[in-house]
Amino acid sequence: MNSSILVVVLASAVIYGTPLLYAALGELLAERSGVLNLGVEGMMLVGAVMGFWTVQNVGGPFALAIATGVAALSGAACASIHAFLTITLRASQIVSGLALSIFAGAAGLSSYLGSDLSLADAPARHEFSKLDIAGLGDAPVVGPLLFNHSWLVYCSWLLTIAIGLYLSRTRPGLNVRAVGESPQAADALGISVTRYRYAHVIAGGALAGIGGACFSLDITPLWVDGLTGGAGWIAVALVIFAFWRADLCLVGAYVFGAFQALPFTLQARGYTVAPELMQALPYVMTILVLVLVSTGWSKRRLGAPAALGIAYVREER
Amino acid sequence: MIRAERRLSEPRWLRLAVPLLSIAVAAVVGAIVLLATGHHPLATYHRILSAAFTADGALSGTLIAATPLVFCGLAAAAAFRMQLFNIGAEGQLTAGAIGAVAAGLALGNAPTWLMIVAMVVAGALAGAAWASIPGLLRAFARTNEIITSLMLNYVAALLGNYLIFDSLSYWRDTSAQAKVFPQGRPLAESASWPAYGSSIVVPFGMLVGVIAATGLWFLYRRTRFGFEVSVLGDSLRAARYAGIRTRRTILSVMALSGALAGIGGASQAGDFAHLFDPRALQQEGFGYTGIVVAALSRYHPAAVVAVAFLLGGLKNAGFALQGPDFPSGLVGVLQGLILFCALGGELLARYRIRIGSATAAAA
Repeated sequence: MNSSILVVVLASAVIYGTPLLYAALGELLAERSGVLNLGVEGMMLVGAVMGFWTVQNVGGPFALAIATGVAALSGAACASIHAFLTITLRASQIVSGLALSIFAGAAGLSSYLGSDLSLADAPARHEFSKLDIAGLGDAPVVGPLLFNHSWLVYCSWLLTIAIGLYLSRTRPGLNVRAVGESPQAADALGISVTRYRYAHVIAGGALAGIGGACFSLDITPLWVDGLTGGAGWIAVALVIFAFWRADLCLVGAYVFGAFQALPFTLQARGYTVAPELMQALPYVMTILVLVLVSTGWSKRRLGAPAALGIAYVREER
Repeated sequence: MIRAERRLSEPRWLRLAVPLLSIAVAAVVGAIVLLATGHHPLATYHRILSAAFTADGALSGTLIAATPLVFCGLAAAAAFRMQLFNIGAEGQLTAGAIGAVAAGLALGNAPTWLMIVAMVVAGALAGAAWASIPGLLRAFARTNEIITSLMLNYVAALLGNYLIFDSLSYWRDTSAQAKVFPQGRPLAESASWPAYGSSIVVPFGMLVGVIAATGLWFLYRRTRFGFEVSVLGDSLRAARYAGIRTRRTILSVMALSGALAGIGGASQAGDFAHLFDPRALQQEGFGYTGIVVAALSRYHPAAVVAVAFLLGGLKNAGFALQGPDFPSGLVGVLQGLILFCALGGELLARYRIRIGSATAAAA
């Protein structure tokens, strides 16, 4: 039963969806504060390479935890460049984000670090292993789906809940939303727009870095240039797909993950489906969802922060 | 505390000073990165300059690398000027290459001039058609064009892979020796675009790019359409009250932008590849670099050509120097740094920087 095609696809959807989930949650935080960051791909790659460097050089029982922390820090460092340019210097968020993707991306800093620290062509010395929660890992259907994943997966579930609650139930979370919807009003209430935006863009970068580490420490435990293969761009789309909500980010991440995994699974079983057509589906779906939402066919509130992409200048409000 | 005050007018000298200063600052920061990782900055920069511009045949390579950047830069500049953020030049270039190669294959052994015309037109049409998808959605459904054009980049790349690797399409070489390693069906000899010069070889596509830049400058500076575009870029409402047909203008600008990128795809096929090679197009990321080119040139067509030449040189150097003794990824780092500095420099152009406490200034 556990080898039935549906279970296999769903289980690998969780694995492939986890980096997307981390990155999308990070982007969600940044966008909710009103800053669009298109540099996710770059931040993920730098996180992936630095996380990998750490496990190659640090031993001991906490190697993986330290590596994840280093990945988060390097993602956050990249994000702070974007934060400085867009929040303090009021540069265009789109161009700055693209600049970050080029600076840090597959032909930039991540590749520079990878070759300079000579990380390529070696397997990881530590990698996340699958847990077997309460011995239920072999249970039919639910075993591979829920009880047989790495720490990264369970942490991502906790994080989804935490961010969902943070944005809807806590004072700082509500402040972030105010900053993203109407920085003028938030400023008048005494909320520091600059501080909130900096904090959330940088936190978003940290999560993107962890998302990158999911690749280099878990999915394909090694380093090659461009390891994330465009996952960062998917994460940007995913936030929109999820109506800027944490819980829907989780659903969306696994939908995208399933479509990435499906062609391999089908091929392994002898079905001949062109993988490209399958892989194109999530992108086409995102466009369709966007169209449905923006034409107002759907009555639900879109959820896009009203001040997304707009620099806040107190003197010019 | 550092504060910024908006300038009422932008001094002329800043227009040239800001980009030059950006490049200088980026070079200094890049040097720090190189030093920190144990490389010799001056020697590395000297090698880059030599491989990009001064060595034998370097300029020819730089022109080859710059040609697609001219087209993608113009594509981004045309759209961004109207605050229409078409970041789909990547996909539109692929669509253009598909269209142009189809036209070239269909014409068989036609004379070269006919081939060039057909490939340019087909590439432009295919690129425009691909860009019209986000254009139509933006104009009629108010769907954010950033995301749709970005998503279509991936769809175009996957479509390209499908045509060559997973189907027996018109574009695929189906002869016996190509069964094992799938590749595109090669174009006839007469479909190779000419190149001029002996010591410095100028590809025909570069000439087309310069003509396109001139045309775009004329269109945006000297015609009614260009005026409407700049009004729309400043204020959608003002444009509507002035009776400008906003939807039609959005769609036209999007199609124009896509057509420019599409001709870039045609030039890749006609000038260099002589077949449809989706993997090569994806590796290069011309579309994204084009946005950098457009932003650095502040959306001015003549500046696009100049910046494309500069970044083309950087790219050419990265390609020529790749090897164990040259840090890979340095080119991307330098490109990113230049762009960061240019973005920071924008602030100098728009604002006057005052250092001192806010209360002191207020008093």
